[in-house]
Formats: sequence, C-alpha cells, structure tokens
Amino acid sequence: MRTGVGTAEEIVARCREVVEDPSFQVVREWKARDPEARVVGCYPVYSPVELIHAAGMLPVGIFGGGNQIEIAHADARFQSFVCSIVKSTLELGLTGRLDFLDGILFHSICDPARNLASVFQRNFPWLHVDYIHFPQNLASPLAEIYLAQEYRRILRGLEELAGQPVGEAALVQAISTMNRWRSLVRALYDLRARQPHLLPAADLYPVVRAGTLLPVHEHIQLLEAFLESVARRETKPKDRIRVLVEGAFCEQPPIDLIACLEEAGCYILDDDFLLGWRWFLADVPLDGDPVQALAKAYIHLSTYSPTKHDLRRRKSDHLLEKVRALGADAVVVLIPKFCEPALFDYPLYRRALDEAKVPHLFVEYEEKMWIFDRVRTEVETFVESLLFE
Amino acid sequence: METEGKGSRYQGRIHLLQKELMGQYYRELTQAAEEGGPPAAYMLISGNPVELVRAFGMLPVYPEVNALQLAVKKESLPYILLAEQMGYSVDNCAYVKADIGLFFNGLRAPFATLPRPSLILCNYVGCNVYLNWFEHLAEYTGATIFPLDIPFIRDPSQGPREEDVAYVVGQLEELIRVCERLTGRPLDGERLKEVVHLSQRTGQLWAEIKHLTKNRPCPLDAYFDAVTLMGPLYCLRGTEEGLVFFEEAYREVEERVRNGLGPIPEERFRIVVEGPPPWPYLRTFRDLFARWGAVAVASTYSTVGGMWEFGFAHDPEKPLESIAMHMLYWNLTNRSLLLRYQQIRRYIEEWEADALVIHSVKSCRLFSAGQGDMREYFTKELGVPTLLLESDLEDPRYFSEAQMRNRIDAFFEALEHKKIRERPVGAMVEHGGPTLMEGEVR
Repeated sequence: MRTGVGTAEEIVARCREVVEDPSFQVVREWKARDPEARVVGCYPVYSPVELIHAAGMLPVGIFGGGNQIEIAHADARFQSFVCSIVKSTLELGLTGRLDFLDGILFHSICDPARNLASVFQRNFPWLHVDYIHFPQNLASPLAEIYLAQEYRRILRGLEELAGQPVGEAALVQAISTMNRWRSLVRALYDLRARQPHLLPAADLYPVVRAGTLLPVHEHIQLLEAFLESVARRETKPKDRIRVLVEGAFCEQPPIDLIACLEEAGCYILDDDFLLGWRWFLADVPLDGDPVQALAKAYIHLSTYSPTKHDLRRRKSDHLLEKVRALGADAVVVLIPKFCEPALFDYPLYRRALDEAKVPHLFVEYEEKMWIFDRVRTEVETFVESLLFE
Repeated sequence: METEGKGSRYQGRIHLLQKELMGQYYRELTQAAEEGGPPAAYMLISGNPVELVRAFGMLPVYPEVNALQLAVKKESLPYILLAEQMGYSVDNCAYVKADIGLFFNGLRAPFATLPRPSLILCNYVGCNVYLNWFEHLAEYTGATIFPLDIPFIRDPSQGPREEDVAYVVGQLEELIRVCERLTGRPLDGERLKEVVHLSQRTGQLWAEIKHLTKNRPCPLDAYFDAVTLMGPLYCLRGTEEGLVFFEEAYREVEERVRNGLGPIPEERFRIVVEGPPPWPYLRTFRDLFARWGAVAVASTYSTVGGMWEFGFAHDPEKPLESIAMHMLYWNLTNRSLLLRYQQIRRYIEEWEADALVIHSVKSCRLFSAGQGDMREYFTKELGVPTLLLESDLEDPRYFSEAQMRNRIDAFFEALEHKKIRERPVGAMVEHGGPTLMEGEVR
C-alpha cells in the first residue's frame, strides 16, 4: 500500500479496505518481499509489540474475522456461549488465512482467550504460540519485577523465532518508534475529543486499525498525513449528543456499527476500540533498562481496562473522570455478546453512572453483525430522550 | 454400609459424617455472623492458601461453596435473578450472580447466615472471573482486598519457573503482613507448620482414596461421591476434624474395596468425567448414568482445589514454598487446557476407563471454552468414545432432562454395541439397556 499521499477521505477508504480484508493481503505482500521476514500475531488486548519490533519482526493485530468470514469449523471447538472473536480467530487459523504467521501471542485477559492459546498450540504445532501472564497485584512492588522477567522470557522465545539476539539499542529504538506512533494516535484522539465533527469514529477507527497491520514507519507517515488533512476539514457541527463509548476493547465492532451510532445522533468523543494498541497514557521513558521500562509503564502509565484488575483505583472512578474531562453528555456501553470482562464491569459502571446522574445506554453487539436497525432505533430513542428532555 | 439395591447412589458413613461436619462449619459461620467471631477471610476454592488463614485463626468463607449449596438445595434462581436486576448479564457466571444476590439478601441463605468479610483474599488461580467476582465483593463490602497473583502455567512441558515460585512466596509474605494487621497478632510459625502438616496428611489420604478408584468395581463414584468429600477437603483442610474425616473416609473406601462393593449393583461402564456437575439437578444427572451401570473412576472437577493424586503434598518444613507450589501447579485451574488433556488421558489409561463424558457448563468458561477441541482430540486422535453434554453448574434454567437423557442413552447404547462387537466370538451376551429406576417408566 502506498502511503503519505491523499486526502483524509482517500486514506480512510484505503485503510478500510486493508482492515476488512480477511486474507491479510498487505501483510502477505510485506512478507513476500524478504524470505527472512517474520510475522508475529497479537491477540487482544495489550501486547508489548516493542519486543517483536526489536527482534526485526512485524507485529500484526489479530482481531478475528469481523463480519467478513463465515464460521464453519470453529463452532465445533468452541460452544455457542463463547464470544465470536475467539471462534472467528480460530476459524481464520483453521481455514489457512493465518498461514503467514510465524508466531502469535495470547494474554491473560479472560478464560476463553487463554484456552484459545492451548487450542492454537495443538492445532497449529508449527506456530510459535506464547502466552503472557500479566500481573494482577499491581499495588505490590513485586509486580514490576515479575513482569520484567515475564517479558524477558517472551523475548527469548522471539529471539529464537527471529534467529538473532536482540540488543538493548534495538529495544530502545522500538520503544521510541512506538512512542511516536502512539503519540500520533493520541493527537488524533485529542483532536476528535475537541472537534468530533471533524473526525467521525467511523473514519478514525479504520485508520488506527490499519496500524495493526502495516509496517510501523509506513503507518506513521500515514497518520501524519491524516492528522494534517483532518485538521483542515471544514465540516460543520450538527445537533448531536456527545458520548463516550466503553466496552469494545477486545472483539471489535463492525465499522458500519460505529457509523450507525454516529448517524443515530452521537458524537463519539472517546472510545476503547483497539485499546491495547493505544495502551499507554504517555510516552514510555527511554532511559534505563528498556524491558524494565516497558514493565514499569504497564503498571504506572497504562490506561484502565476491564482486563487489567487494578485495585488501586475503581474502574468506575476512571470512567467518571473521563466523562467529566471530556464534558460528555452520556456513556454508550457497547459490549460484545458473551464478553465476560466487559459484562462484569457493566453493573459497577451502571451503579456509578446512576449515582453521578450520567445517562447511559447498554448496547450489545457481535463482530459478525451486518444489520443494525435495532441498534439504530435504540440509539435514536436514547438520543432523542436527551436532546428533547 | 451397603450398596443400595435400587442402584442410584452410594450412601456410607462418610456421607453422614460429611453432612454433620458441613453443618458444623456453617453453624460456626452463622455464629460468627450473628454473635461475632474470628475475622472472616473470603477465598476461592482453587489452589488456595487456607493454611495461612487457619494459622491466623481466621474463618475461611468460600463464596463458591455457598453458591453451590444454594444450587444443590434448588434455591439459586431467586439470587441469580436479583443480581440480573442489578445489571449482571444472563451470560455472566451464575456462581457469581448467586453470590452477589446472596450478599444483597443480607448474606442470609436458607442454610446459614454468612459473616461479612474482614479480608477478601482473591487467590487468582487461572479463573479470570475470580478477579471480577472479588473486585465486586470488595466494592460492595468495603473490606480489605488482597489480590494474590499466581502466574499461569504457560508452558505445558514444564512446571512453574523458579522466579514464579519466588514471586508467589513474596506475595504470601505480603499477605502475612496484611493478616497480622487485621488480626492484631504476629504469625505463629509453629502453628503454621502444624496446619500445613494437617493439610499434608489430609492430602495424602485423599490421594490414596483416588488411587483406590482404580479397583474393579470402583468403590465409590469419583465424580458424584468425590464431590461429597470435596466439602471437608476445602472447608476443613488444615484442621483436626478435617483430617479425622479423611482417615475415616479412607478406612471406609478401603473396606469397600476389600468387600468388592461399588456404588451401583453392577459396574458396566467405567467413565472419566470432565467439568463441574449441574448442581441444581445433581441427583437427576447421577441417575441418568447409574441406570446404565456407568461409574466415574476419575474426574477433573475433583482436582479444582488441588491435585494430590499425582504426587503433591504440603511440606511443613517449607510451608510457604509448598503453599506456593499448590497454588501454581498442583491444581486444575492454573493449568492449561493441554495439561488437562494429559491429565484426562492419564485417567483413561491408568484408571482403565471406557469413555470420557464432558459436562460443558456455560457459567465456567475456564472449564468449558474449547471442550469441542478436547472432544476432537479424544475421539479423533486417541479413539476414546466421548460424550459432550451442555448445561450449567448453578443456573437451573439450562438443564433439560429429556435432552440429557436422550444423549446419554444414545451414547451408552452405542458404547454397549461396541463392547459386544469387541467381545470374543462365542462369549455370553449380557442383558442390554438401562436399568429402570424405582418408579421410572421407559
């Protein structure tokens, strides 16, 4: 894919093509350029992609098949009550669509994702499958030491896969590059929070998501061009409510569903799509040991998340703080069907939002949806109740 | 102690003794709730550090056991519905919902009133739902929460790494400081050793009982009767009464082996059962197997709280390290699905089972997510007849008796034909079909 040129609209259209392609053509093309090239998949939520970059390999976001594939095999392995992304990711594997992968990382985000790692190990024995156990006792000083050790273990596996050791300089360089990438994404999110009429979520989402598939330097150029182009847009604001979207951090909503929320009368000021790729609230410091720095950043610089059980502060307090900081009118809790971490947060969020008198709407979705009439009606009704109350 | 003539379930001294002990345990909790008592520590069943809690004289309370008691007594649904009214999803684990419902019912259950927690000790051993569950309890109760983080066994080819053990021991030391603060007294190292010693002997007896089920006939059902033994194993491990119970249990089971007694009149099929039972329909479910003469010789569910039969024992000389090893490695839930495949395979081979029965429960995705792959492995790769059933462990709305019966009957009919086909030519053909239960019409 050629980048660095084009209007915001052209960039969005090209990115959408890239992210809705279940054959991962851009990644295949990247890999075909060099017989030594290696690709490591990253299942949601957060993966320390710097370790993959530092080993000279391409990290690729694996977010299931969206509404682009039929599930024909994986539903015999995972039951009807397991979320779609687990099944569609396995389906991608069972149908050969992930055969460009050399490795894949899973994480301690939920029970089905953990079991999926085992199913991958058994069904694709040629693949380097690793599993990161993130610490859950973040108040303890031991957590940081533990996580750095865990990252070093992961790194050893990646070094073997890459066939070369990874030096400190490469790690620092990778962190610096990802800092740049994340700061551009943050800039886009900031712009959107201030002027949501310039940057619909249905535009922002495919552009950021393309960054989970393209080589990072190429995507950085694309983000720079996009940011510049969007800032020049002259769209006029409409009479819409300003919402925060929460709950779609793992299985991703279809782009048309995001557009549907907006068309039904919402400006999305912030969301948690692709949360793991955006993870850090600030740059990861470049001084000191880079692996330690990444571990420390996970504990001290990362966002709250349903899969990070950080008891130092309630998640609902984080949510309310965000609502206030953005000046949002309401929260749309957008949760994929059967997603236990998100569904478990909902009653706590509901309680806190009710107490703080913040209106909220619960919307359930599945990645494989392609008809949105029901959601549109629900959201329209909600919007009307706020606009005309 | 007799095998019951009508064949449905084995009732021995240990069942009566278990009832008595669990009654006593719940009376103690009720007393603490109503009149005050030692501080209560809420904990999860899977590999837990109850030895430390006992050494501090705190009362262990297990929300999972409370939830399953509600289900067994067919009382769980109103509590589940109460939680659903608060926004919990129909797709969330029903153990959690029943427990949250119980909390908002003033901690009053039909069988006990539970003390409020002084410590919410989230021993995160594999199950991610545990983290949510205890996070919610901490928010509702305002009690001190300690999240004990246990690294998952990532690599099926090796046990826990040294640094993982050190990490857990370090956290146990932090936990000791929390308990010291809560109880206002320092840890008594000698007392901890004693408690760990009691756990060691209890675990060894439990392991021996599990090896006795290799006998033919199998002396007790390693699924339906094992759950009876699991109550004292969890609620009373590390106490004298708990140990005495297991001494008694071992004697009884060993005696049954000598007398050639099994839980049903005739053992026709030896099965391994994977997954938690449908607590609201435990008897119904059991009878569906008993009528075919099917006995569980081993079960994975009975290893949730610990896996003693493969060589683990607590060590009073290394109390913290052995508690850490128990939590890290010697329990089912902190192990990967592939390690569970190995465990089941071992049961099938060493316990000489004819088939694998997978009970897939919606609530517990730690157990169930991917069991279709498990079936694939056992049927296609190992040629083990495997039956996959679906319902739930807590929510009575997911159990359909007619459907269960059809699937179980079809499976054992096929298994019986297979046995007949594989029998040497000229051998006598035994009577086929299920045994009718009292009052049952076929």
